[in-house]
Amino acid sequence: MNEEVRMSQKVGQMFGKIGSKLMTLLQGAMPQLVAVFGAFLVGAIVLLATGHSPIEAYGAMLTGAFGDVFGIGQTFTQATPIIFTALAFLFAFKCGLFNIGAEGQLLFGGFTAALVGISFNGLPVFIHLPLALLAGAAGGALWGFIPAVLKAKLGAHEVITTMMFSYVALYLTSYMVNYPLKAPGWVPQTVFVAPSAELPSILPPTQLSASFILALIIAGITAYLLKRTTIGYEVRAIGLNPAAAESGGINIKRGVILALVISGAMAGLGGAGEVLGVHRRFIDGFSPGYGWDGLAVALIGGLNPLGAVLAAILFGTLRSGGMAMNRVTGVPLDIIFVLQALVVLFVAAPRLIRYLLKKGGFKW
Amino acid sequence: MVDIVDIINVGLFAGALRMATPLVYASLGGIFSERVGIINIGLEGMMLTGAFSGVLATFGTGNPWIGILVSIIVGGLLGLLHGLLTVKFAGNQIVSGTGINIFALGFTAYMSQIVWGSRGASPNVQDLGTVPIPLLKDLPVVGEILGNQTPLVYIALVVVVLSYIVLSKTSFGLRIKAVGEHPAAADTAGINVYKTKYLGVIISGMLAGLGGAFLSLDHLSLFALGMSGGRGFIALAAMILGGWTPFGALGASLLFGFTEALQMRLQSIGALPSQIILTVPYIVTIVVLAGFVRRRIPPSDYKPYLKD
Repeated sequence: MNEEVRMSQKVGQMFGKIGSKLMTLLQGAMPQLVAVFGAFLVGAIVLLATGHSPIEAYGAMLTGAFGDVFGIGQTFTQATPIIFTALAFLFAFKCGLFNIGAEGQLLFGGFTAALVGISFNGLPVFIHLPLALLAGAAGGALWGFIPAVLKAKLGAHEVITTMMFSYVALYLTSYMVNYPLKAPGWVPQTVFVAPSAELPSILPPTQLSASFILALIIAGITAYLLKRTTIGYEVRAIGLNPAAAESGGINIKRGVILALVISGAMAGLGGAGEVLGVHRRFIDGFSPGYGWDGLAVALIGGLNPLGAVLAAILFGTLRSGGMAMNRVTGVPLDIIFVLQALVVLFVAAPRLIRYLLKKGGFKW
Repeated sequence: MVDIVDIINVGLFAGALRMATPLVYASLGGIFSERVGIINIGLEGMMLTGAFSGVLATFGTGNPWIGILVSIIVGGLLGLLHGLLTVKFAGNQIVSGTGINIFALGFTAYMSQIVWGSRGASPNVQDLGTVPIPLLKDLPVVGEILGNQTPLVYIALVVVVLSYIVLSKTSFGLRIKAVGEHPAAADTAGINVYKTKYLGVIISGMLAGLGGAFLSLDHLSLFALGMSGGRGFIALAAMILGGWTPFGALGASLLFGFTEALQMRLQSIGALPSQIILTVPYIVTIVVLAGFVRRRIPPSDYKPYLKD
């Protein structure tokens, strides 16, 4: 046997391996893909029933989201905060916790970041910016810490407490920017943060800021934390089986608190990214529900960090494409929230998807 | 100097009763769902869809009572959807409820633009008006608070009593209790677990839809974008604070309704920033949940029940 044949066999094997890896990946993502497809199908029926052409609407959406540099910038800008909140949700979820308060953690983190951003002047960028980002993470972490302690020490269910804390954050920050920290003018918002606290734009002239890069880095860190560190191992062990984890010597209370604090910090960093990179100030209630989107995106992404990034980009595409679709075809923008909700409803029940696939004659 | 009488008077208590009414309906809805073992985070979306469909039907027929009926039916349908996803397909209750909330917000905003061409609000429709109750309305204080309210306020009080009777005095109530607390045992005892769960969550949706109808056909006479405004979540809080019982939920709803009415008054005279008072229901709930007042234990463990 000569060298060439052996080489080609090796290459063949390699491609075979990559192919089968891709196949398993695709198979793993099957429920998600079906959910997205199903949502667009039902969305098309809604569009048809209300006198709009789904092909035109979806076409305009795609062109709008990726047709030019503005569209692309907008797509990734919209995806960025949702990556953070999705990572926040999934990290806590791995510990068996339902952190549905990412909205409040994002708002409070955005607020503390703004506070640091407006409080100092004349600091060098390499000190001020990290400080403001850190403040954002700390603000979010604090907003995760309180429900975490209530859960670990007193057994208060985190679903309700994190949700309630979201509203407290919303009203508290609203009060701050309506009264003590209000910038001159009608809009309830703070003054601009100092230029030294701004996250730079990475695709001028669009709004896309370095916050997107930060989101990707945090996604990488999340994957690393979960897979390769003791913290990640403990978190996952508690999520899988708390009793077994405890008898294995893991401190559950500590794990729960740590998971929610890290989760909150991620959401808070997302808020800081919005404040320092996009708005450059804290605007009252600037989040249109990024926290809830994060929950949806984490689930659509199959509860892994890479999937969350991809699903967030899908949501970003819907958001930025939806605005273009609205301009071009006159279809109300809100159809995109209907689409998002439909994906969530499909993802809520994997058995439903299996049932539908079976009905459709697919083997899975 | 603000005169205390400008703030605290019979008008405030009448307002508190009105603001409590949607919370009463929705928190009763929460109870029926949780008693059969299903968390209903989707109350908010069911209220909003109820508010929208009620106005849509009234807009079409000119009769607000038909609107209310449609609100109840549409709420029930969303309850059925929540049931299908979480009972038949054993899906995650929080995720399903969140999906319903996002759906409601998007769908009602979309449809209001299709039907009325406006994302902000619908045109005014016929509302229910007030029903002065003879004799009662002439009583001092009590009459001023209770005697001249709208029909859905009175009906809410009746529904509280009915819910209490159904849950604690009927065999259906016993079945609900059994299914929520111990589905496997209930199944062995010959109770149709799935059917009971469906009924619980459908009733939950119907009540939430009715709470939504109060907002759009009784409190106001139009649909406005996102008009449920987080009341579905406050209703969940009222349910917990009330210990998952109808009269407890009524009491908690009255407390939260009172804070809302008080907030509106204080805001109108500029005495205290509304944001501070608006946090009260949430903080009270957190404090209660943390067990500082009295331990509250949910009526079930919310696990899907699978026969196989």
